[in-house]
Amino acid sequence: MSHQPPNWASEARWKKIAIWVTAGSFVLLIFLTFDTLSKTSVGGERVRAYSVINQEIDYRFDAQKNRYMPVIGKEAPLFGKVVTEAEAEQLVTLGKKTVQSKNCMNCHTLLGNGAYYAPDLTKSWLDPNWINPENRENLMLAFLKDPVGNARANASGRVMPNLGITDEEAHGIVAFLKWMSAIDTNGFPNNFKTINAKD
Amino acid sequence: MSAFISNLPGKVTSLFAFTENPHLNGGQKLASKYFTVAMVLFLAQLLFGLLAAIQFIWPGFLFGWLDFSVNRMIHTNAMVVWLLYGFIGSVYWFLEEESGTEIAGLKFGVIGFYVLTIAVTLVVLVYLLIQTGPGKDASIWFINEGREYIEAPRWADIGIVVVMLIFFYNVAATFAKGRWSGVSGVLTLDLVALAGLYTAGMFYLTNITADQYWWWWVIHLWVEATWEVLVGCIMAWSLMHLLGARRKIVQTWLYIEVALMFGSGILGLGHHYFWIGTPDYWFSIGGFFSALEPIPLVAMVVHSVYDAGVHKFKATNHPAMAWIIAHTFGNFIGAGVWGFMQTLPQINLYTHGTQWSASHGHIAFFGAYATINIAFFYLAVQKWRGNVWMSGDLSDNGWKWKWSIALLNLGVLGMTVALLIAGYEQAFIERAMQGSTWNAYFAAQSHPWFREAMVWRTLFGLVTIGGLGLLIWDLLTIGKDEKRPALVLTDRE
Repeated sequence: MSHQPPNWASEARWKKIAIWVTAGSFVLLIFLTFDTLSKTSVGGERVRAYSVINQEIDYRFDAQKNRYMPVIGKEAPLFGKVVTEAEAEQLVTLGKKTVQSKNCMNCHTLLGNGAYYAPDLTKSWLDPNWINPENRENLMLAFLKDPVGNARANASGRVMPNLGITDEEAHGIVAFLKWMSAIDTNGFPNNFKTINAKD
Repeated sequence: MSAFISNLPGKVTSLFAFTENPHLNGGQKLASKYFTVAMVLFLAQLLFGLLAAIQFIWPGFLFGWLDFSVNRMIHTNAMVVWLLYGFIGSVYWFLEEESGTEIAGLKFGVIGFYVLTIAVTLVVLVYLLIQTGPGKDASIWFINEGREYIEAPRWADIGIVVVMLIFFYNVAATFAKGRWSGVSGVLTLDLVALAGLYTAGMFYLTNITADQYWWWWVIHLWVEATWEVLVGCIMAWSLMHLLGARRKIVQTWLYIEVALMFGSGILGLGHHYFWIGTPDYWFSIGGFFSALEPIPLVAMVVHSVYDAGVHKFKATNHPAMAWIIAHTFGNFIGAGVWGFMQTLPQINLYTHGTQWSASHGHIAFFGAYATINIAFFYLAVQKWRGNVWMSGDLSDNGWKWKWSIALLNLGVLGMTVALLIAGYEQAFIERAMQGSTWNAYFAAQSHPWFREAMVWRTLFGLVTIGGLGLLIWDLLTIGKDEKRPALVLTDRE
């Protein structure tokens, strides 16, 4: 191994390539980050304003885009009260902080990320399991406050533990879940039939 | 009581008295402390993983006491922390040899170790005893941040950054004082990125799309970029040390790997941005670049096998060399093949958030990271015993290390395959057929294919724990009665 390596295999050349490739990739990532954050700010087309909780939300197949899309409908205030954007933000924030403090993500997934011991929460507001859109809020509040007492039998045998969620926190979580269901997730999950879907 | 507390620092440091070994230099003594805690956390990772695995089979097990969420969080957090302890220890291990001088500011490094270890202990105690808090900032600051993998409360985040800065100072100042090399240059720059990226996970956002965007900066750019380059540096040094591989060749490989790793891994981040609300151009960017991510891992396999072959497998430490080879194959198969299987958005639509990811996670973290740390534990034990013989012809024919490497690899591979079967079943039944509703989820979770897979996962988990038990036994005993000095490599440059 005493001969000189060919030019393409020289250490100095690969050092330069490593530096340029790394720097170039990182600069591109920064550029894309600015673009993505501007397109996903709250109030835009992809991530709706918090006050979207005042409206009906659905998730349907869009023939033009050839994927499932959130559909924002007529006024349908959460807990029977129209809230301002600031009030909505406060409520959703309480919900999000509760979701973090109660460690929901280590059983559930949110936007598909988390643990796989309990169902995904991305479109849980729209899940047909709540049976009737009119009574959904009450069922959700009751379930969150006492998941053991209100457990619905499922064949896996798993039950959500009581996490000491207060009435106020439960309202926040429901608001957060309703707001999250309006995020445009590029068609994830696919083929999801919501509580509003007609058979 | 007060006397006990005033004696506490002495009691804690006396736990690590065995690292004050005349065969070790300052950095290696500190490294041995890191390795010891890493092994304890490795054991904790497996035990809490076992509890979580049992809960999949018997959901009532420890319900209300240690729920799945707590066990799973400690399982993954213990893993992240023991791997980091292993990496930090490995760098301290070779720092003086690579720089040709004594470590700058070693006493700060030692203080940093104790601060970090006490912080980790407190975080785990809070996870176990307090578990959750009210939906307030105080919970995020003092109990649990509730974001997968980086659940550590904010106060601990700040502590981690401070200790990382001390570590960085030790590394950069030592090389600056001694000599720089290709390995040390890459390592130092990589540590800047590694520490800097952690701060991307240290703020609260209500906008969950932006929250997860930054969260992936930490998780992905650690695991699929900066950690990979860090173990590239560790492996480069190991190959020179174990085989006497030529520095020029090893460093050229390292630069090639950095170019390929960062060239694919940085924009490969996009494969986490398919479904979280981010624009759909990430389909093309994330799909394309992440599909390239296995290439540097193939290069690593070629690199290690080539070097080992050129040196006719004549190595100074056979167990360590075997784990290095296990690392390159594990990294390629676990991170490369298993990652590639679900990286394109067309399949990820159905596999995202299923046991596919758990399958990939198990083999990738083990193959890419646990393996190389274990290799270093063997290097450390060899030197600690007085740089004794650890090549072929070990007493007892080295059955303990051979059986432990076999059981650990078999156990993890078995869990991976079981989880993959569960993932296939979930992707088809829950996702593709039934449309991902809660009923669809539970239909898939209670399907016999899924249930059987969970039993197999637990059984192979027990095999893994058996392998770890044997590994601990071996690390405590290997080389104990060995009188021969370590093999001296003659062709080193």
